[in-house]
Amino acid sequence: MRDVIVIGGGPAGLAAAIKARECGASDVLIIERDSCLGGILNQCIHNGFGLHRFKQELTGPEYAARFISQLDGIDIATDSMVLSVTRDLVVRSVSRTRGYTEEKAKAIVLAMGCRERTRGAISIPGDRPAGVYTAGAAQRYMNIEGYMVGRNAVILGSGDIGLIMARRMTLEGAKVHACIELMPYSGGLNRNIVQCLKDFDIPLYLSHTITDIRGSRRVEGVTVAEVGPDRRPISGTEFDIDCDTVLLSVGLIPENELTRAAGIPIDRRTNGAVVFENMETGAEGIFACGNVVHVHDLVDYVSAEAERAGKAAAEYAAGKRAGGRITEVAAGNGVSYTVPQRIRTSGCGKTVDLFFRVRSVFRNVRITVSSGEKTLASYPREHCAPGEMEHIVLPVSLIGDSDEITVSVAEDK
Amino acid sequence: MYDVVIIGGGVIGCAVAYQLTKYELKVALFEKENDVAGGTTKANSAIIHAGYDPLPGSLAAKLNVRGNLLAGEICEKLDVPFRRVGSLVAAFGEADDRTVRSLYERGIENGVPGLRVVTGDEARVIEPNLSEEVTSALYAPTAGVISPWEYALAMAETAVRNGLELHLSEPVTDIRDGVVVTPKGEYGAKYIVAAAGVCCDTVEKMVAEPDYVLRPSRGEYYLLDRTASDMVRGIIFQCPNENGKGVLVAQTVHGNVIVGPNAESAEDKFRVNTTAQGLAFVGEAAKKSVPKLDLRANIRNFAGMRANTDRDDFIIRFAAKGFLSLAGIKSPGLASAPAVAEYAAELLERDGLVLHKKSSFVDTRRRVRFASLTDSEKAELIKKNPAYGRVICRCETVTEGEILDTFDTPIPPVSIDGVKRRCNAGMGRCQGGFCAPRVLELIHAATGIPREEILKDKEGSVVLSGGRI
Repeated sequence: MRDVIVIGGGPAGLAAAIKARECGASDVLIIERDSCLGGILNQCIHNGFGLHRFKQELTGPEYAARFISQLDGIDIATDSMVLSVTRDLVVRSVSRTRGYTEEKAKAIVLAMGCRERTRGAISIPGDRPAGVYTAGAAQRYMNIEGYMVGRNAVILGSGDIGLIMARRMTLEGAKVHACIELMPYSGGLNRNIVQCLKDFDIPLYLSHTITDIRGSRRVEGVTVAEVGPDRRPISGTEFDIDCDTVLLSVGLIPENELTRAAGIPIDRRTNGAVVFENMETGAEGIFACGNVVHVHDLVDYVSAEAERAGKAAAEYAAGKRAGGRITEVAAGNGVSYTVPQRIRTSGCGKTVDLFFRVRSVFRNVRITVSSGEKTLASYPREHCAPGEMEHIVLPVSLIGDSDEITVSVAEDK
Repeated sequence: MYDVVIIGGGVIGCAVAYQLTKYELKVALFEKENDVAGGTTKANSAIIHAGYDPLPGSLAAKLNVRGNLLAGEICEKLDVPFRRVGSLVAAFGEADDRTVRSLYERGIENGVPGLRVVTGDEARVIEPNLSEEVTSALYAPTAGVISPWEYALAMAETAVRNGLELHLSEPVTDIRDGVVVTPKGEYGAKYIVAAAGVCCDTVEKMVAEPDYVLRPSRGEYYLLDRTASDMVRGIIFQCPNENGKGVLVAQTVHGNVIVGPNAESAEDKFRVNTTAQGLAFVGEAAKKSVPKLDLRANIRNFAGMRANTDRDDFIIRFAAKGFLSLAGIKSPGLASAPAVAEYAAELLERDGLVLHKKSSFVDTRRRVRFASLTDSEKAELIKKNPAYGRVICRCETVTEGEILDTFDTPIPPVSIDGVKRRCNAGMGRCQGGFCAPRVLELIHAATGIPREEILKDKEGSVVLSGGRI
């Protein structure tokens, strides 16, 4: 029996496995579906990774390498796909080299990451020609395979991958005509808006969407329209852009098919498992971390979260059980979700980290944590945006015996 | 000199090829696109109708009921996904109740087995998510769901195994005195069978002025993730009324939920686009049947083109000497396909074509479906061939072995969608976002086609049109 099996060898899985080993788990296995470790970082050849953690601007592969170099004593199964995980901690997987295997673990860490929303998820009308790609798929074609998906692109959605791809395609000689964003604000990091669009004079159309894709075999053009407050296209505002490529950067979905099949409770807001302060899911001994729990903005936070999961998994494998009183964390005004959703104060140190996203762009606000009518703590912020994950550190002593605490955000008075 | 040249590689042409290669005949099939099943055959409701809909005495009535029966036999023999899940035609109020009753009587006259009129409550036992507003329903147990492209492919592959000469990417541009002309050559034929779908009029004009008018009608759909499959067990139709046949909600044979279609008369019969209005209409109409339906589970929209005409019935006759036209094959064309083929063979025989059964006819087909194997079968299979241990499509759990198998079939794929139609890779919730680059690589390795020339689907649909970096 393994101490800890980690599913997924991207940034979350790597950090979880290393930390689990450090914390005493001697038999740790990472199962990765791709032929090499590192996950999506391998195709993120731009820099900007690791500013928080390493105080350096690394590329994706460099960031991954910092972890891959620490895997001594950890078993790795690449090119291996997990078919199922069960609540009695059995992992079934297949691979070319290992064949079909069933392995039991003392603890499991889910680190499967996320996938991109597709054209279908947002029902863009029109023809179905070649030339419509998710930004991440286009990134893979360009940065791993070495091919351009097209020469004249329009990008729908201003998520970070879309912004990065706008710059990437421009640098390789393509014309990026526009970045179209449904919301009145960008879903990406502000630094990416500046460095990937403004620096290259690529127009960003906020409160706009693509209403039609044309092209019999390959994309020939799109129709763009302004949207109203209800996010529906405003008739009469349409204009056409000729292009051969449409890249979609319209959101990420945690990849939780294994989690659901195991019967682990899922938070409808994050599309990830409901987790405790130590990243344990609703299934005892099964932990989760990274983008499979909630979509992060920076990989640095993924690594930190994964280390919490790895440590807890090692402790669980060594027989330590978390327990005690549970405090629910509720998302209040202006907050779309929190992670963790549940806290066992007896399992915490002096503080607990709370991560969340706000619902819209705020300036000069106060984040408050309250229990009933009582404010437990408050944190001023000059600026909050849905594209950037918020983080507060809450002293555990303040939680006391609250059954529920609420995180909310309000304009500072 | 060919005994028969078939024009069109949709499900009708493929069924005719399958039927005719049972006999000692020299048969060729010409398809303008680079694969079979790429037109209306791949974009429809994917339902084998029971046969209560066509008017009694019509060709469509006879061929639908017969085709439904044959579908069961063929899918069994040729390993095509097909399940008789049963269908409901739901009535909302008294006028619909009367329609249900008349459909029942029509079905009985057409010889549809097992038909029943059920109450609203009985219908909700069959389909627990059916609307409370449903007052009665026609239940047809023989209706089924099918993989329409695999159905056509399986028949075409079997035909090729049995001697069919298949010409893909070779449009018929003219027919002169029994000679079929394409950009690549001229082919003499004793008989020509036209199964050209929405091009039936174009092809028929090569020999005679059609006595019907093609009125192509576009239908738009949603395809929902398998997570929505608990919404519907079988097939839920609405009563046909003056606004059309009504929108259906069904669980596909692959476990997804299909919702649609509308019916828009099409100006351009080759343009199968979806529209915001069309999709909105479909979504609203479907919620009338299944109010809990959540379209946020959508993974793909698509549209298909019906070969409707100004006639109610299929138009099957010799349009000129030696030219058998299978025209206006609209719904229930998919359900009728093998019966249309049988009937075509009968008409050819009556006209003088000699049909001698082949003793050597190979009538089986099997393929590996990794996802549906038991654990021990999976283990065995990977031991025999490790390629089945490498999962390429994570959503549908399709392995490298299954993808490589498609290149060993009688009609190997030449595009990413061609691979999808043969083994389901890319059909799932991420719509190929993950596996398409890997499938592209496998196509390159198997065929030697340069990566920057590999197609998504039809000719011209180049994936990496920007070329090498």
